[in-house]
Amino acid sequence: MQMPDPNQMILDRKAHIVARLQDVLPDDAVIHSDNEVRAYECDALTAYKCPPLAAVLPANTAEVAAVLRICHEERVPVVPRGSGTSLAGGALPTADAIILGVSKLADVLETDYDNRFIRVQTGRTNLSVTGAVEHEGFFYAPDPSSQLACAIAGNVAMNSGGAHCLKYGVTTNNLLGVTMVTMEGEVVEIGGAHLDASGYDLLGLICGSEGQLGVVTEATLRILAKPEGARPILMAFDSNEVAGACVSDIIRAGVLPVAIEFMDRPCIEACEAFAKAGYPDCEALLIVEVEGSEAEITEQLEAIKAIAVTHNPVEMRESKSAAESAAIWLGRKSAFGAMGQINDYMCLDGTIPVSELPLVLRRISELSDEFGLKVANVFHAGDGNMHPLILFDANKPGDLETCEAFGAEILKLCVEVGGCLTGEHGVGIEKRDLMHVQFDHADLEMQLRVKDVFDPGWLLNPAKVFPLDVTEGRRQ
Amino acid sequence: MSEVLERVVRPAAEAELASIVKEAVTSKSSFQIRGGDTRPIGNPLAAAQVLETGGLTGITLYDPGALTLVARAGTPLSDIEAALDAEGQMLPFEPMDHRALLGTTGTPTIGGVVATNASGPRRLKAGSCRDSLIGVRFVTGEGEVVKNGGRVMKNVTGYDLVKLMAGSYGTLGVMTEVSFKVLPKPQATAVLLFEGLDTAEATACLADAMRSPFDVSGAAHIPVGVDGAPVTMIRIEGLEQSVSYRADALAKELRAHGTAEIETDPVRTEAGWRYVRDAEAFSGKPGDVWRVSVKPSDGQRVIAAAGAEDAFLDWQGGLVWLRMAEGVPLRDRIADIPGHATLIRGAGQRAFQPEPMALSRLAQGLRAKFDPHSLFNPGRMI
Repeated sequence: MQMPDPNQMILDRKAHIVARLQDVLPDDAVIHSDNEVRAYECDALTAYKCPPLAAVLPANTAEVAAVLRICHEERVPVVPRGSGTSLAGGALPTADAIILGVSKLADVLETDYDNRFIRVQTGRTNLSVTGAVEHEGFFYAPDPSSQLACAIAGNVAMNSGGAHCLKYGVTTNNLLGVTMVTMEGEVVEIGGAHLDASGYDLLGLICGSEGQLGVVTEATLRILAKPEGARPILMAFDSNEVAGACVSDIIRAGVLPVAIEFMDRPCIEACEAFAKAGYPDCEALLIVEVEGSEAEITEQLEAIKAIAVTHNPVEMRESKSAAESAAIWLGRKSAFGAMGQINDYMCLDGTIPVSELPLVLRRISELSDEFGLKVANVFHAGDGNMHPLILFDANKPGDLETCEAFGAEILKLCVEVGGCLTGEHGVGIEKRDLMHVQFDHADLEMQLRVKDVFDPGWLLNPAKVFPLDVTEGRRQ
Repeated sequence: MSEVLERVVRPAAEAELASIVKEAVTSKSSFQIRGGDTRPIGNPLAAAQVLETGGLTGITLYDPGALTLVARAGTPLSDIEAALDAEGQMLPFEPMDHRALLGTTGTPTIGGVVATNASGPRRLKAGSCRDSLIGVRFVTGEGEVVKNGGRVMKNVTGYDLVKLMAGSYGTLGVMTEVSFKVLPKPQATAVLLFEGLDTAEATACLADAMRSPFDVSGAAHIPVGVDGAPVTMIRIEGLEQSVSYRADALAKELRAHGTAEIETDPVRTEAGWRYVRDAEAFSGKPGDVWRVSVKPSDGQRVIAAAGAEDAFLDWQGGLVWLRMAEGVPLRDRIADIPGHATLIRGAGQRAFQPEPMALSRLAQGLRAKFDPHSLFNPGRMI
């Protein structure tokens, strides 16, 4: 993955730029020594690293605006950063860029249970949003795996999802309003506590724009009353095809589980070795979770079991207690950790139509033989969001490149069958150069023009999302 | 609509539409975009010709096992609902039928639903049209065909222009195809009915219902019901036994607000929510009709300040429907309540709430990129 060469004229002016930033921020909020800026050289896509020119940690919207005004005047690129958990390189800097971290913006500004919203500063972590309202029986629905660490700012930037979005939707469906600072340093309010914002749906446009249209400093989020209870059932099948067909049938039958998770044999074995969750020996495994009162849970699980039985499951294991529920989820939740134990891995994120599941899994396995790298599949089957994990050895020369080439083939396959390159992680730099696979010139050009409106100088996170050759003329 | 000589173009395919627009760029000839012509909402517009989408019809893909449906924009909504119904599925957002309220007679199209982001009572739980919309194809004001989103429900690849197109009233492009995430139709419905609550009591009752874990899918209050008394309606939907359990449990939890009658007759519950969805109370009655979006607890404040002839609340109070004497400047009366008001029926005032300068500049900027020659619905929205 290439990044543009840094602008020497900016590097030469580092002292001047840092001094100007120090004029508007406390000293400890401007990080500029060679040693300290290393803390911001990458996000969770650790294969790519570059220390930024400097990093700033403003503590409120006014400070964010002041920073952006200076960077706009000085023509310095700005890379916004939440908690740095992006798997797509969304917060990867270049040497001539300022990292704008929102970690000091972590306050809850307002909670309103009658109107079911919370207003927070966007440096707050996803899980701590739920933490702020759960004593009143509420929760914030989008639940990316990184929810302990990831910030709402990054969730908004990437339109993050999670395991439970089949029922509750993704970030964009749970976002009511934002305070955003434009690259010029202007503060705009979009939406609010009311259900529909007026005018064009700018909120929908900003959510998922990967920090390229503005820096979101505050967000009004929908909170929901917690269901009375939840219970998973584990179902084992002797082929991926059959498990896939079962998913489709469950959805078609009118039951809407909150989560349907799928794991294939390589993934099951790795999790078993790592977490010892006691999973059955099988080719494919589904974890289906339903919510509600005791009676509702029983009614839904009965319906699901009746469908599953027609697909001759190897085993069905309905949780009878909190401990059993935890055991069922244990393996799934430790899937990434388990993989990390075995190898370095790259986690893909393409989405496919659920009906194409058997075909896609078969093709991935063929590609795995072709490229000589193992792959394990774990994903949100209800919505077709796949997470193939390609295992490689970072210390072996050429392995990363082979892995990336293999990943690209899988993502092309996702597009080919009617899906997309990324379901919830974002494009960042990781999928940037594959955008041509999914979009024609006119499709991309329209998106670029949107950025032209919000950031005509192309200073905000400029080297992301779109292939570099497409944006070259605009980034100068 | 009063024009006698109306030039109408009706492309039969997307490519034809694109070339019609390309020609119009040269001739600088603007279009009024028309689906079924059942929702003429927005500021009056003056266009050289009418561009009908009724030639672009057909469901192009329906995959019930993946909860997705794709259709050309001119497809009648009734065709889509029939196809979904046959599989026990539905559009989650319960789109309003504007015909009775606006006195129109055409056939609503799915493109019109999207262009107006038409959403009904279930919006409270399932989101509005934009939340179910997962893909779109459209022709820009330069005659380019653009696609965004797709047919899968989790997709963050590139900017989300899908949401931008929803509710843009045909001012950013002519939609040719739209994709939706659909949902299973509920097997059963129960409605809790409270009689005689005043608007403040009803607001508290609805808020308590929404705070409960019972997954309410409709929450409305009609201050003057059909028989004159106030009616508060709370809807529960889902699997049979679950609905009956939740309705009883919710009635118990809301005891402090009175004794709820529980209605489960499908004909009566459907009629009740259609009454709310389509603002039937205002059909055939004179005056301006407004739709005000506020924080739910502020709905009662809007009613108190508006001085309307008639009013009711949907979305727990977050959507206020008002019937006002013609020409009354509603926005002045409710200026201190955060939110926005849309003039759905009436003249002489801006249909859409004027926006703060910064937002208006962004909106103008987008319009200039999507439709640089202002060919589409000039004046309708911005």
